[in-house]
Amino acid sequence: MHELSICAAIAGIVEQHAEGRPVEIVRIDVGHLRQVVPETLQYSWELVVADTPLAGSVLEVNHVPLVVRCDACGESTELDTAVLRCPCGSTDVTLTSGEELLVRSLELVDA
Amino acid sequence: MGRFHAHADGTVHEHDHGDEDHEHAGHAHDAEGRDVGDHSGYTTGGLRVEVLEHILGENDRTAAANRADFASHGVRVVNVMSSPGAGKTALLVELAHRLEGRARIGVVEGDIETALDADRLAAAGVPVALVNTSAGFGGECHLDATMVRSALERLPLDDLDLVLIENVGNLVCPAEFDVGEDARLMVFSPTEGEEKPLKYPVMFRSADLVAVNKVDLLPHLDVDLARFEANLEGVHPGAAMLLTSAKTGEGVDELADWLLALLPAS
Repeated sequence: MHELSICAAIAGIVEQHAEGRPVEIVRIDVGHLRQVVPETLQYSWELVVADTPLAGSVLEVNHVPLVVRCDACGESTELDTAVLRCPCGSTDVTLTSGEELLVRSLELVDA
Repeated sequence: MGRFHAHADGTVHEHDHGDEDHEHAGHAHDAEGRDVGDHSGYTTGGLRVEVLEHILGENDRTAAANRADFASHGVRVVNVMSSPGAGKTALLVELAHRLEGRARIGVVEGDIETALDADRLAAAGVPVALVNTSAGFGGECHLDATMVRSALERLPLDDLDLVLIENVGNLVCPAEFDVGEDARLMVFSPTEGEEKPLKYPVMFRSADLVAVNKVDLLPHLDVDLARFEANLEGVHPGAAMLLTSAKTGEGVDELADWLLALLPAS
């Protein structure tokens, strides 16, 4: 349940950027390799922000696919599993996405 | 003042806004910087604030402070991680005996509850700073940089060469949190099954060394160690692996040597 810690960290970042203005949506990017369960994260968010100025805000989780670039054949491929192997058979690959854990943007309530 | 913002394709830029609505590079803002066009596939009527901050950034900054503090005392730090019951504590007790006279070690003991493991290590003559994650941390299933920081002043760092951080037993959460370590040791017990690297890739990918512990049990198990090694190689190409048994002592000298090799040459 590191989702609770992650939500506490998100709340801290959001509070700094919202500067007291009411927040409607918090958009985050979560890479495929991050072991974060979106439903758990959204549930944890409700727990963490209850009784704070962020109560009622929605956490939108954008899943970022796992993509590797093959250093042998040069192709980029989206992978479903964490076994880092290019379809050409090479394991000489570089991760180009899939490890993101980022607060991307906030949507403030339209005043 | 320039307004920093990002696009759905990942490009990030900054530009000044005049007092007129304008459009560029496929999107539009009004004079206040409100999006009036579709910026990243979402449209609502509110004001968007671009943030682009790493969620664990605060933890990482505290981890960097821990790392700097350890380094200023000339101490090397190893984060020891595993599932519950893989044998971390037994291995650390064995290592404490074997490192006696060769390196001065201390332990940060992370547990959700109890001082049971801390007591076992203290009995081996090692300075121990216990962090119970249920006390003030909400029963966390991992150590984070702030928790390790809370233990720093309870260790005699000037009298130590090596700090071993025994993380909370868990194959998921500890891997996500940098605590300021120099290296990561993962302890795996073959009773867990050879498929585990595929199920917990983040942990296995983050390990500098995987100690396959309890190898004395192998004759009694159906586990396929070659398969485990292939799975480990799949998620972490080139991963270092060592067979150990805290019970028979197999591989423990080699593990001690691996730790000693992390220390600065004296």
